[in-house]
Amino acid sequence: MDRLQRIFWLGTKELRAVTSDVAMVVMIIIAFTLMVVVGGGEHNGPGGGSSTNMTIAIVDEDNSALSRGIADGFLEPDFLPPTYISANEIGPGLDDGAFMFALSLPAGFESDLRHGRLAELLLTIDATRATIVADGATMISLVLQTEVARFLTRTDSSDDGGATLVTRVAFNPTGDASWTGPISSLLDNLSMLTILLTGAALIRERERGTIEHLMVMPVSSFDIAMAKIWANGLILIIAFVISLTFVVQGAMAVPLAGSVPLLLVGTALFIFATAAIGIMLATLARSMAQFAMLFMLTYLPIMQLSGGVSPVENQPEILQYITWFLPSRHYLDFANSVLFRAAGFDVVWPQIVTIAGLGTIFFSISLSLFRRSIEASG
Amino acid sequence: MNTGVSSGGQDAVVRISGLSQRYKSVVALDAVTLDLPPGQIVGLLGPDGVGKSTLLDLIAGARVMQDGTLNVLGGSMSDAAHRRRIGPRIAYMPQGLGKNLYQTLSVHENLTFFGQLFGQGKAEREARIKRLTRATGLDPFVDRPAGKLSGGMKQKLGLCCSLLHDPDLLILDEPTTGVDPLSRRQFWELIDAIRAERTGMSVLVSTAYMDEADGFDWLVAMDAGRVIGTGTAAELQARTGAATLEEAFVRLLPDSSGDVSGPLEIPPLTDDGGAPAITARGLTKRFGDFTAVSDVSFDIRPGEIFGFLGSNGCGKTTTMKMLTGLLPASEGEALLFGKPVDAHDMATRHRVGFMSQAFSLYGELTVSENLSLHARLFKLEKRKAHSRIDLMRDRFGLGPYMDKRAGALPLGMRQRLSLAVAVLHEPEVLILDEPTSGVDPVARDQFWELLIELSRGDRVTIFISTHFMNEAIRCDRISLMHAGRVLISDAPEQIIQQSGHDNLEAAFIHYIEAASGNGAAGDPEALALGAVASDAGSSDRLGRFSLKRLLALSHRETLEVLRDPIRLAFAVFGSAILLVVLSFGMGSEDAAAEFTVLDSDQTPASRAYVAALDASPDLTEVASVLTLDALRDQLVAGKVDAGVEIPAGFGLDMALGRDTDIFTLIDGSNVNRGETVLASLEEAHTAWLADQQRQTYHVREHTVVGVDVSARFLYNPNVEIMMAMGPSVPAILLMLFPAILMAVSVAREKEVGTIINFYVTPTNKVEFLLGKQIPYVALAVFNFLLLTLIVTIGLDVPLKGSFLTLMAGSALFGFASTGFGLIVSSMVKNQVAAVTVASLLSVLPTVTYSGLTQPLSTMSPTGQTIGALWPASYYLSLSVGSYTKGLGLEYLWTDLVGLAVFGPVFLAIATVFLKKQER
Repeated sequence: MDRLQRIFWLGTKELRAVTSDVAMVVMIIIAFTLMVVVGGGEHNGPGGGSSTNMTIAIVDEDNSALSRGIADGFLEPDFLPPTYISANEIGPGLDDGAFMFALSLPAGFESDLRHGRLAELLLTIDATRATIVADGATMISLVLQTEVARFLTRTDSSDDGGATLVTRVAFNPTGDASWTGPISSLLDNLSMLTILLTGAALIRERERGTIEHLMVMPVSSFDIAMAKIWANGLILIIAFVISLTFVVQGAMAVPLAGSVPLLLVGTALFIFATAAIGIMLATLARSMAQFAMLFMLTYLPIMQLSGGVSPVENQPEILQYITWFLPSRHYLDFANSVLFRAAGFDVVWPQIVTIAGLGTIFFSISLSLFRRSIEASG
Repeated sequence: MNTGVSSGGQDAVVRISGLSQRYKSVVALDAVTLDLPPGQIVGLLGPDGVGKSTLLDLIAGARVMQDGTLNVLGGSMSDAAHRRRIGPRIAYMPQGLGKNLYQTLSVHENLTFFGQLFGQGKAEREARIKRLTRATGLDPFVDRPAGKLSGGMKQKLGLCCSLLHDPDLLILDEPTTGVDPLSRRQFWELIDAIRAERTGMSVLVSTAYMDEADGFDWLVAMDAGRVIGTGTAAELQARTGAATLEEAFVRLLPDSSGDVSGPLEIPPLTDDGGAPAITARGLTKRFGDFTAVSDVSFDIRPGEIFGFLGSNGCGKTTTMKMLTGLLPASEGEALLFGKPVDAHDMATRHRVGFMSQAFSLYGELTVSENLSLHARLFKLEKRKAHSRIDLMRDRFGLGPYMDKRAGALPLGMRQRLSLAVAVLHEPEVLILDEPTSGVDPVARDQFWELLIELSRGDRVTIFISTHFMNEAIRCDRISLMHAGRVLISDAPEQIIQQSGHDNLEAAFIHYIEAASGNGAAGDPEALALGAVASDAGSSDRLGRFSLKRLLALSHRETLEVLRDPIRLAFAVFGSAILLVVLSFGMGSEDAAAEFTVLDSDQTPASRAYVAALDASPDLTEVASVLTLDALRDQLVAGKVDAGVEIPAGFGLDMALGRDTDIFTLIDGSNVNRGETVLASLEEAHTAWLADQQRQTYHVREHTVVGVDVSARFLYNPNVEIMMAMGPSVPAILLMLFPAILMAVSVAREKEVGTIINFYVTPTNKVEFLLGKQIPYVALAVFNFLLLTLIVTIGLDVPLKGSFLTLMAGSALFGFASTGFGLIVSSMVKNQVAAVTVASLLSVLPTVTYSGLTQPLSTMSPTGQTIGALWPASYYLSLSVGSYTKGLGLEYLWTDLVGLAVFGPVFLAIATVFLKKQER
């Protein structure tokens, strides 16, 4: 009880420190508004880049109804309207990156098909963006199959019975990519500020010498670290809720499905775990410059390998063991389940427990390094 | 009170009229009018916070003037051209031990740098350095880093750096505060020798030591931003009828009652023979190979005032930290109340009060909030807390300030608040680390009255450290400390008597000399070697832009970077590790989608359909379900990516050639994943359909749909993801790491104080920024080489194009990324802000808008604009073009041109934001 009170009162001081720092407040506001919008707009969530707006060029040497039909089959938003080029423009165009795919339709293509001859098409692909290539090639072959099938069925009119694949997309029926982008972006900024705010709060207190003042009072390093976490965490969770309500749901019109209390519990635990990482980095670093380097080393994997950019399952197995230690990985899983799939506690409890456990581990490491770091700075 | 006394004289070196300066609501200077006589030592007298440093900053041209006129060396300081002209004639040594020195650089490197700033050639510089280091006694230590010098030696080095270019006006801000008495004496002897040799030089000194001011030619006494008296020491004493200068100063204070409180009455200590409250036995502390405190022992009786007298860095603070448990002792032991000090013993902490050297209260909180916070942390019971806070308020005279923010209090008040906080919980032992440094004499006496009351009235044991002789003399017993050792420990009168001198200062010097010989005594005779003539063309070399000066700045920055190997290692190896981790992590092939099946048909046909889907390399079937709800649950739990429902009668329908529908439900919460899964399912379904048709119509295999698409994958024939990621990831790392390193660097100079060298030397903005930038660009290029090695050898991605083109692009990219860091750094005030702003603004455009995962051409117009305005997108295109497309300069020159534009533009923006004077 005494301890809780101490942590509470120490934290009120932290709250004052952050809210009276105008520059910091401005950065927090920008991070949770503008950066979410800017980041969310293009940040297309899992899948390794989007398969929209792909650029394709067509070398149409056939100039038939079929070849034009194929060209018309490349529709937005998957493809930008195709450009028509000549065969010798393929190489330079791909070199410049003017388009990523070039489809050559040879002369006599339509008549070959009509006469049951095998028609040879050439698809030239800029494979430097390997993540997009597979998606693009699949979609192009689908367009081809559809258009050719339509052409053949129309001419052959040999309608036969068969199975149709009826697909429905759950949780995001329109397949709107602008849903998950803002969420991923919001989580990135939440992670960044949580680490920076708590870590910097400790480093600053150490550089100013006020930490020594605390350490000779009946206050333990546990109390000091905990106070920093709850105070900074409170500010961030408020910013998070405001951003989720007014920016993500409001301005960006992303519909969210799940339970708000459950989301808040998970977010609070996530902030605890991430703040513990911030404290840990601050106890490891001897100076702000070193802290900045350690921050980059931690934040880039958090941002890129938590599943927000490409699915965790796609990573090599060794790496998956490493990224398992990123609380953000479990949190993203949790947040997507709750926000879009309306999952309940019975579904997401493993993630919640993992996040809490990781937080405890990082927090314990920080505490064991705490005293050492103060001695080193003295 | 007389606010504007002038010394008259047409040739005044500094003429000030109506000069005012404000920081937000605090008035630092209040309409100061003053003329300073030339060729003399002029002393600026007064405690901390009265505006001395602000006045000196303005005279040196380090700060932007707000109001009034200020002429220095015959021209107005508000005129930038005049400042540039006279800059080389002024030398400024700011307050704080070695504040403008580079701590990791050696004595010689520091001096070389300052010589280079003033355009001195090597021969001239070396001659000057030799002369000054010999005169100051620094010559045996020229290779020692400045940070490892004692306080006295740091100040001597600072003086050398100032004198290197023969200034006409030497400005010293509290040069001897916190320096041991021997070094202090040597310092003033040196100044005298220099003035004897350079007769025209004017010296302007601020000081808090009254005894020191006695020796100056002319004095300016200041209080609360105003001049309260000028004249020689004798004149001031005569005018106020005071016996000492300290008394004269106190009488000049506007709110002084006129009568000086007599010497403090200290009732004798009654020894009740109790056990010692604090005991130290052979305390020793080592940091690495440096011994900060060596074999210190003492016993402090209950109620005693025990003093530690010594210079900054002599081990006083370290000893106190060992007593409070903040630092573990390397050897020996410390006892509080007869028990060994235990860092985790909360009970003992309740019995001790500690006031550290730095002002350690929370500036954002008000006085009463600070008091109640501490009452709560010490678990004072509510009623008790109230009565104690009220008592403290009355006893320490805090009444009028209770609702003011602690950070806005005058220094004397802050010290009282610190003491109030330290004794709030009625500790039995008080440990005070230099509690009165910078406090004016009146406030200091009041502070001591409180201490005496606590000691004699409440029998609180007080352990206090100080570097003021007149404070030490009031202690019951003192220890003289020097270089980590206790020289002697006794009652002050005994120490003086034993030394055979007549005051404590002389006694202290006596013991220092006895312990360590003459120390680093200088040889002022060396100055007789004569002044070194300047090289020809001195007006020339101080012109607007100097490549030499730029290179001097680069050289210095390079040395500093190399001397922090940990930061360097984090940057270099950190980016190497990230390259590998991110390349493997971000760029792996899509894992097969997992689907579950609700097979309501359960016929061979339906099982064949499922098998056909499962046969696709992109799809894997996991446990089938029996109900639609179960299927949905699997999706909600995220266990599968899709669910396939085969309706009853499917097999029959197929056999009869009837149309039938297969339903699939795809998890769309991960949009792109959903799209991939959808495409895979459709592809597998189409393949199955084609197979069905083939079996039905027995058509030729290839002509099922009539087309054969042969896909040619350019640049990356096997579509290996590593071929895509290997060239891309370095673009992120080479953008972010140099930018953040750079952002911290200028902000750090602002925080540490070395930025003053930029303010007061002829360095211009471009020299400063570009000079600092070059080492980081070199680091970026080195990093590029390392990353290239890892990509080509480690990740096995061949560099097919021109290495030289890519290398040139990397150097340009280095300029661009560090240029961004410079912009951030020139805008913010501290390192925390620099890191936050730089990360927040650079990570997003680099990772999302430079075409890393998604080509720029496929983005929204906003995205494309952001990408076009960010250098990483050009570098990414260059890198991918060079590695995988195998292109050379003829194709990639557009990217190079794009990259080349960013460096100069960013540098120009940073130049606009960087100020040549402090505000």
